[in-house]
Amino acid sequence: MLNYDIVVIGGGPAGMAAALKAKECGVDSILILERAETLGGILEQCIHTGFGLHYFGEELSGPEYADRFIQLVNEKKIEYKVDTMALQITESNVVYAVNKEDGLLEIQAKAVILAMGCRERPRGALNIAGTRAAGVMSAGTAQKYVNIDGYMPGKKVVILGSGDIGLIMARRMTLEGAEVKVVCELMPYSSGLTRNIVQCLDDFGIPLRLSCTVVEIHGKDRVEGVTIANVDEKLRPIKGTEQYIECDTLLLSVGLIPENELTREVGIELDPVTKGAVVDEFRETSHKGVFACGNVLHVHDLVDYVTLESQTAGEGAAKYVLGKKDAPEYITTKGVNGVRYIVPQKVNIKNDDDVKLYFRVGQTYKNAKVVVKYNGNEIISKKRPRLAPGEMENVVIKNDILKSFAADGVIEISVEA
Amino acid sequence: MQKNIICVSCPMGCGITVELNDNGEVVSVSGNTCKRGDAYARTECTNPVRSLATTVKVDGGIHNVVPCKSAGPIPKARMMDCMNEIAKAEVKAPVILGDILIENILGTGINIVATNHCPAK
Ligand SMILES: Cc1cc2nc3c(=O)[nH]c(=O)nc-3n(C[C@H](O)[C@H](O)[C@H](O)COP(=O)(O)OP(=O)(O)OC[C@H]3O[C@@H](n4cnc5c(N)ncnc54)[C@H](O)[C@@H]3O)c2cc1C
Ligand code: SF4
Repeated sequence: MLNYDIVVIGGGPAGMAAALKAKECGVDSILILERAETLGGILEQCIHTGFGLHYFGEELSGPEYADRFIQLVNEKKIEYKVDTMALQITESNVVYAVNKEDGLLEIQAKAVILAMGCRERPRGALNIAGTRAAGVMSAGTAQKYVNIDGYMPGKKVVILGSGDIGLIMARRMTLEGAEVKVVCELMPYSSGLTRNIVQCLDDFGIPLRLSCTVVEIHGKDRVEGVTIANVDEKLRPIKGTEQYIECDTLLLSVGLIPENELTREVGIELDPVTKGAVVDEFRETSHKGVFACGNVLHVHDLVDYVTLESQTAGEGAAKYVLGKKDAPEYITTKGVNGVRYIVPQKVNIKNDDDVKLYFRVGQTYKNAKVVVKYNGNEIISKKRPRLAPGEMENVVIKNDILKSFAADGVIEISVEA
Repeated sequence: MQKNIICVSCPMGCGITVELNDNGEVVSVSGNTCKRGDAYARTECTNPVRSLATTVKVDGGIHNVVPCKSAGPIPKARMMDCMNEIAKAEVKAPVILGDILIENILGTGINIVATNHCPAK
């Protein structure tokens, strides 16, 4: 059995930032486990620029952003094992992992940081009629084919879903010579950033059809076309609006789900909305000594926020290992009236710092007010010119205010038009 | 003449209105939240530019391609020409992040640089 103070599962931006922060806080015995062949996570395939504007003040590509952290991990001599898959965490924080060199690894950790990221919703999660022909894949899979393997998966493309990955892939496939016929979005709005609609679709004259979905896939061995149709307010296809579009590839960009199999198995409490663990302000889960950060906790749109959140988790894990995290007295947080979720879900009122609450709204608002209440009394109210589901928001609870709260109180965040 | 554009300089995506005179010169810019938006709107109406991110073929590397980007913005109208030029190129492994892969692409004065490492196989 190996022994480490902190075992980090996942070597993407979240895992690396958490490990680096824990080291800075005085913990030396740290091991990162990564199942891919290199550190860096999903950023390795996100070759477009737009990462790091907040954190580094410059626009980097995904691999460049990741590389800055990989260099630091090497410089600070943090141990890591690549090609290594974590299989299980036990009640007593033993991590089981496997790789070709060591075989089965049994690692006793004082603290574990979960940083496994998220994966794309597969076709099975949708209900599209038709054949199982080749040429249907998630946008992220296509991204890996094109950007890492240097292989184009198709020539005539339809994309279902207008999230950022779908938009980015529309441009990428077009640049590589494919014809992207249309991007269909089920909702009446795109969840992607406006700048991506401009630079990835408008620049290339690719049409975006809102309130529209793919109802059937045609073709025997290979996709030959799809039927798309408009949908009504209840998101049901409208009869008579069907249209056949010839294509050899259908890319799905229909959402990301945190990868929480390990988390679930050890019985950690999950939030039904975020699909990630319920955590406190240091991102400690309901299981003592197990922390979570990055996309495994809730899906982030900007990697910069992943880095910041993971530093918080790294600091929390270090405090826990060094015995500086005292018995908590929690208040809970709750999103109401337009606020879909808040992370963290609980806050220790004995904490000595300000606490940032991150949240997402369920629809777009113009000139709305974000109101924070403690046990029904308004404590913060701020005007926001624009709120959108695709953009994470935050409010800061100052420490003197936090100190005035009592255990078991409730903080509510709401949107008022 | 009035032109409505969306600033793509940052994720805010502000809607900007540009007033142009008959010679196509910018008279006024409004709706931007910050100075970068003003600069963006002026170039977008006169000489639109974009940064380009793609891949270059690698010979003898652990992967077949290495990601790259234009070290600065290139004219939007030349994007596809640049892509064709990049498609013709092939570099030898190892490639180090920051390596110049194509110098002064199509006389734009802009280099194409590697954005990741690609060690030899
Ligand atoms: C296909 C795709 C494209 C994206 N594109 C963008 C984009 O363009 N811009 C943007 O800002 N964000 C993008 N995102 C979001 C992006 O994932 C985050 O910004 C950021 O990379 C999340 O960091 P992370 O470390 O939490 O997760 P990841 O980067 O996903 O890293 C998680 C790591 O954990 C490893 N892992 C998982 N399970 C195990 C296990 N059991 N054992 C060992 N290792 C494990 C994985 O191999 C992976 O390396 C994209 C996400 C996906 C899925
Ligand atoms: S004007 Fe400024 S704030 Fe608005 S999108 Fe452009 S750069 Fe961002």
